[in-house]
Amino acid sequence: MTGESIEIAADLLIVGGGAAGCMAAVEARERAPDLDVVVMEKAHVYRSGCLAAGISALNAYIHEGESPESFLRFVRRDVHDVVRDDLVLGMARELNAQVHRVESWGLPIPRDERGLPVRRGRASVKIFGERIKPLLGKRAEASGARILNRVYATGLALRRGRVVGAYGLHARTGAFVAVRARATLVCTGGAAGLYRPSNPGSGAHRMWYCPYNTGAGLAMGIRAGAEMTSFEFRFVPLRIKDVIAPTGEVAQWLGARQINALGEPYLETRYAHLGGEKMATQDRLWATLQERRAGRGPCYLDLRGVPPRRLEGTIAAYLSMAPDAAMLMADEAFYARRDGTMAPIEIVGGEPHVVGGHGLAGYWIDERRRTTLPGLWAAGDVAGGCPKKYASGAWAEAVIAVRDMIEAARAGGAVEIDEEDAERERQRALRPLESKDGLPPAAFEERMQKILEEYAGGASRDYGCSGAELEIARLHLERLAAELDALQARDPYELMLAHEVIDRIDVARQLVEHMAHRRETRWHCYHERLDYPERDDARWLCFVNSIRRADGTIEIVERPVERVALDARLPSLVDGAALVRSGG
Amino acid sequence: MGIHIDVHVCNGCGTAEEAMCVRDCPGDLIVLGPDRRARIRDNRACWDCAACVKVCPTQAITMQLPPEISLRGVRLRGRALRHKTVWRLRLRDGTERAYETPSTGRPPHDPNL
Repeated sequence: MTGESIEIAADLLIVGGGAAGCMAAVEARERAPDLDVVVMEKAHVYRSGCLAAGISALNAYIHEGESPESFLRFVRRDVHDVVRDDLVLGMARELNAQVHRVESWGLPIPRDERGLPVRRGRASVKIFGERIKPLLGKRAEASGARILNRVYATGLALRRGRVVGAYGLHARTGAFVAVRARATLVCTGGAAGLYRPSNPGSGAHRMWYCPYNTGAGLAMGIRAGAEMTSFEFRFVPLRIKDVIAPTGEVAQWLGARQINALGEPYLETRYAHLGGEKMATQDRLWATLQERRAGRGPCYLDLRGVPPRRLEGTIAAYLSMAPDAAMLMADEAFYARRDGTMAPIEIVGGEPHVVGGHGLAGYWIDERRRTTLPGLWAAGDVAGGCPKKYASGAWAEAVIAVRDMIEAARAGGAVEIDEEDAERERQRALRPLESKDGLPPAAFEERMQKILEEYAGGASRDYGCSGAELEIARLHLERLAAELDALQARDPYELMLAHEVIDRIDVARQLVEHMAHRRETRWHCYHERLDYPERDDARWLCFVNSIRRADGTIEIVERPVERVALDARLPSLVDGAALVRSGG
Repeated sequence: MGIHIDVHVCNGCGTAEEAMCVRDCPGDLIVLGPDRRARIRDNRACWDCAACVKVCPTQAITMQLPPEISLRGVRLRGRALRHKTVWRLRLRDGTERAYETPSTGRPPHDPNL
């Protein structure tokens, strides 16, 4: 019940039972059956987080003819060279083993006549992933890990500057839970819902990313003084309008190209200098916006002449990952049959997200996935510097982290919760329940979204902003944060919503500092500085990192991009390819 | 619009400790009322992931696009079976279409290969 406090002891604590967390639990229990493993999960591991609806592809895989090195080259090019080579290579070497591990658990992966997984793209594997989350969740359950469903994390447990576990609240009862652990992995996902939603009213959560991932793990780290990287690389998905669903299913099944309102395949005809169809992900979005500005918008997926019956396969594919898009396509096919012509499928940008699985944002970590806080590791969407990892890369990172965590847990001694630290967090966590005559979480959420939308480059601003606008965002977010004592929750469910908004405000404040610091435009739309519209390699080929100090000030530090020398003659090996590290 | 739960069909999963939809909603949005019928707290907070639609043993839950996107649009029902999920889409004119998505085990032959 609310007011109740529970303490649990573990050797390893995994905060977040999503793609990374479930894999981490299995790996930990298989490698170290003698260790107690606890998973703290906000919802229920069967259907929580990004994979709840299912997925139709694993977008990080080393196909025949490719290698971890070629994967790294592909990633470097896509994110315009600011990337952690060491993290990407380490992750890439683990990808296939983890993909086939999940296949052995029952994930259907179609294979071609030679027995190889079917390619969906250069680094993408087609899967039938409607039930991928229950598959992972049940595996984690069967591993013998203790799973605390309905416990969402609010803070890291600290003792003399070391992480000794985490605190959480029970979503149904409001009970305060403290888990002490010799090693803690944070893998709670990225942050959605920072910006104004794409759809109004009852469509507010019709977004690309899981709306229940509200940056808890990032915010916990920020509050504890962890170093964060590249928040300014805001991932913005290019999606089917309204349902904000991936375009790949339409492109894949129906061979639909992106066209502008004139019917031109604009990526090729007008943006060949950026790489045409092969241009970087953010440039595809930018080119689409440019077409609209030039009066040639909107842009579409070209379905002209496609007979409605051919949409059936696309509808089935969407059912296993984005049911809204299946409904939209079924409706379009209905009208096409009635009217005798297929309407164009419009594409737009969604909301900006702080997420390390598609983008660069997250904890600053080393090759073993250690964060800058002793006792804390990070994997998946909260881990920065290693983009394009997606679900299979989250598994890879979890496995890498857990191997090191086991060693560290065995080497280290017992840990204890600092009673004062726990009491401080308990009071902070429960405070919204004690607030009287305050404002509901939705009021704070909408205020935060309005500030970021208007002053920090929301979709309605074509993702662009200036330094002066970011100053205003900073000021208003500061005022908003100062009013958080008026945030009121009436029951345990509202308390969870209250924490979702508290966490996002902490992420937003860090985000604005990052955006204000990088005075260039390296990644169109993701970080579009209208006052510094050019890419500037001489000054900005570096990481922008941040640390929130105990007094609340956010310190920015720059870190160099370190290149691993890639030998063009390296064989296309999935595992064990030799590496030569460059000096600088 | 999210989901619609038919209270005449929902049986709250009988005597089960926790109704299946209550367990599986990633946003913790579904609760059982005092009458042991499921209801959604707030459809604006629904992600439309269809987890509840598939897991409901009485198929009491249908999903719809938000009216802001599609007015009455299409309705979706589904049921998770052992190795596949079967779906029914009800179109604007009331006709229904059935689909299947493979879910676990051996992948089916893919006609697009």
